Amino acid sequence: MSAIASAASQAIELAVEATADEQKANAAASSAGFAYGLAAIGPGIGIGYLVGQSVQAMARQPEAAGMVRTTMFLGIAFVEALALIGFVVFFLAQA
Amino acid sequence: MIGATINEHPDRLEGPSPATQVALDMAKRSVFLLPLVILFGAALDGTEGALSVAYALAIVVINFVLAAFVIGRAAQISFALVFGAALGGFAFRLGLIFLAILAVAGQEWVRIVPMGITLIVTHLGLLVWELRYVSASMAYPGLKPKEHRQGVREPVRS
Repeated sequence: MSAIASAASQAIELAVEATADEQKANAAASSAGFAYGLAAIGPGIGIGYLVGQSVQAMARQPEAAGMVRTTMFLGIAFVEALALIGFVVFFLAQA
Repeated sequence: MIGATINEHPDRLEGPSPATQVALDMAKRSVFLLPLVILFGAALDGTEGALSVAYALAIVVINFVLAAFVIGRAAQISFALVFGAALGGFAFRLGLIFLAILAVAGQEWVRIVPMGITLIVTHLGLLVWELRYVSASMAYPGLKPKEHRQGVREPVRS
């Protein structure tokens, strides 16, 4: 009788541990996703501002549009690095 | 002049895009960077690391070229479209990068750490390297003109 009870308690302990591990994994996954979402907000605002100003510059001075577009492209690429960092951290947190 | 010329439609550009020119130049430079990056990956994680960093470098280059192409094409249609193309393109390309990495994440040859480091370092490194060659002046909106040994500039292409 006591052997059955100890086996049952062991099974319950294992189940609780598995649940705790699953909870940890779920929490890690959701935190990583949350962090990635947060990391994408800043570059989104930055690119919106950058492109808005660039379009305004092109509209005000169309002869400088080519130059503005090159600068805008480089600016977007630099801002996008922030989003890439958040993205990489997301994958590293999941690994 | 390599950059776009303004025609009678002031709401759009015609001619080749200077951003595409810059992006293609970056792609050319990435070829020189590739052996260095592969050595770094191999030093970190052997063959798997080398394959992972090469894949990451390909993602970075395709990302640059795609961004430049989308912005250039949008500006040839209308300036108003540039805003949507840049922001939509940003979200779209991030999604593409996510899918590209997710597609290989379970493969045996993938090493996430070297891949991640390469994504960030080559992205920033190529940009900083390219900044040395960007003119961004009204005469040369894309790259600086190549100078011959005698200091004579290349003939201007229209």
